[in-house]
Amino acid sequence: MSLKVNKPGLFTTVQDCGRYGWRKYGVGTAGAMDVFALRVANILVGNREDAAGLEITLMGPEFLVTEETLLAVTGSPLPVTVEGEEVPLWRPIFVPAGAVVRLGKVWQGCRAYLAVAGGIEVPVVMGSRSTYLRAGLGGLEGRQLRAGDVLPVGKPTPFSQCLLERLRGRRRRVSVPSWGAGREITRWCQPRAEVRVIPGSHFDWLSSSSREQFFHSSFFVTSLADRMGYRLQGPKLELARRKEILSEGVAPGTIQVTPAGEPLVLMADAQTTGGYPKIAQVAAVDLSVLAHRKPGDEVRFVSVEVEEAQHFYLAREKDLMILRRALLLRGEEGKVVQS
Amino acid sequence: MNFPQIEPLGEIGAVIRLGEEIDPVVHSLVMAFAELLAKEPFPGLVECVPAYTTVTVFYDPVQVKLAEPGASPWQAVCSWLKEAAGRIELAEKATSGKVVEIPVCYGGEFGPDLEFVATYHGLRPEEVIALHTGTGYRVYMLGFVPGFPYLGKLPARLVTPRRSSPRPQVPVGSVGIAGWQTGIYSFSTPGGWQIIGRTPLRLFRPEERPPVLLQPGDTAYFRAITPEEFAELTREKYES
Repeated sequence: MSLKVNKPGLFTTVQDCGRYGWRKYGVGTAGAMDVFALRVANILVGNREDAAGLEITLMGPEFLVTEETLLAVTGSPLPVTVEGEEVPLWRPIFVPAGAVVRLGKVWQGCRAYLAVAGGIEVPVVMGSRSTYLRAGLGGLEGRQLRAGDVLPVGKPTPFSQCLLERLRGRRRRVSVPSWGAGREITRWCQPRAEVRVIPGSHFDWLSSSSREQFFHSSFFVTSLADRMGYRLQGPKLELARRKEILSEGVAPGTIQVTPAGEPLVLMADAQTTGGYPKIAQVAAVDLSVLAHRKPGDEVRFVSVEVEEAQHFYLAREKDLMILRRALLLRGEEGKVVQS
Repeated sequence: MNFPQIEPLGEIGAVIRLGEEIDPVVHSLVMAFAELLAKEPFPGLVECVPAYTTVTVFYDPVQVKLAEPGASPWQAVCSWLKEAAGRIELAEKATSGKVVEIPVCYGGEFGPDLEFVATYHGLRPEEVIALHTGTGYRVYMLGFVPGFPYLGKLPARLVTPRRSSPRPQVPVGSVGIAGWQTGIYSFSTPGGWQIIGRTPLRLFRPEERPPVLLQPGDTAYFRAITPEEFAELTREKYES
């Protein structure tokens, strides 16, 4: 089973939940910009949550599915068609063998995720299939997709098989159930300007007026925005304290101030260490908001305590657990119907 | 300021600050702390990143909560980290780093900034090479790109600021100087360090374990080689 890429889209890469355990060697995690949306897509097709899928940016790809399978698309909304028939996001989709799947232009936001039952089975490099562009590691030859690429798909889990049989029907045509991930899941990736942050080690280095401005001004994503990070435009942030910083650990979500006084938010392909003042850290749950902001979009920062952010983090995990359980029930129903 | 200090890096990380200056003693504490956590990880620990004066730890709040349901994950992590920090004073401070020799071809096309560094300090290029190869350097951390080692400290007479305009492409293996640090480009990337030479050795080896030539806590020595030796070592590298 494989996906044959007719059109690669604007910028499509293979991503999973990230490459962990190597940051002390300077190897960043990479992984999906919105890991949550990818996990949901995997759950919907019965995969392990950390299976590899496709991260789509602004304009989606077109590909042919060689064997019947389940797909799910999550994240920023975009038109998706299977054999010309429009299908919804956030639900499993039964796709017959030989079908052509087209993902169009993202109409709100920036990134969408596609999971396929069995996962994209490119080689595992240092424990992950994520594409890490900076080092040309992982994914498909460490690069974005091109027309003509063939993406190998792994063996579906028994649970994927079960869901697939339930959705296949007699006519083996495109089919979508009436259920999927509901609002309690999609609310975590809703488009909004507010991003919750926890003040960072060097927040106090900002002048008092810049501290005020950081939380009470609008910033805008500039065209210098990619998987490594977003440069933001807004009021110039002044440092009251100027001292050379010895480089130390940074992570996706770290907000640094450049010497020019611009905030720079590191994203999934962040380097592992940095030497600019770290003024704040985006709450991990709100990386799912930031991942869908594109150049020109507004961003406003809202201060939260670590423990408040952890409360949201645990709440979101609970919502995912409920989705997993609900889906297991759907699979069981399928078995009953067939026997 | 009192050390250690524990600061949050969002809700999934913490920075343990053990000092303020580039200093071998502070760095030994950093390495001892990172080694202690590697040996006795707390529940939910994902990984640690040692740097000059800090260890950054990443954790999974869900796993922490499961292990310590009565407290917030942040409280639990803070108390574990404090407890661990209290024990490193007693731990062996000297790290078990290895000693690695790095062959470098200095000057010419391999080290386009050697002349600048020499002129900047009123030295001859050979004197710069003698000073650079004349001492061992501690690997303080890896960062920037996979396998890029930050080495220090340079002899005072070689301390040179970064280039005023970065190069769009610095070749892989380039050995550079930036302030008190010297380092080796493990990938071809844009870069602003003063480039004085190049090594044929591969710094990043994703197929090997560990995937890097130099690890934090190791000691590196540079040895000057001729362009012929550079070519010979490069050939050997591709044959193996």
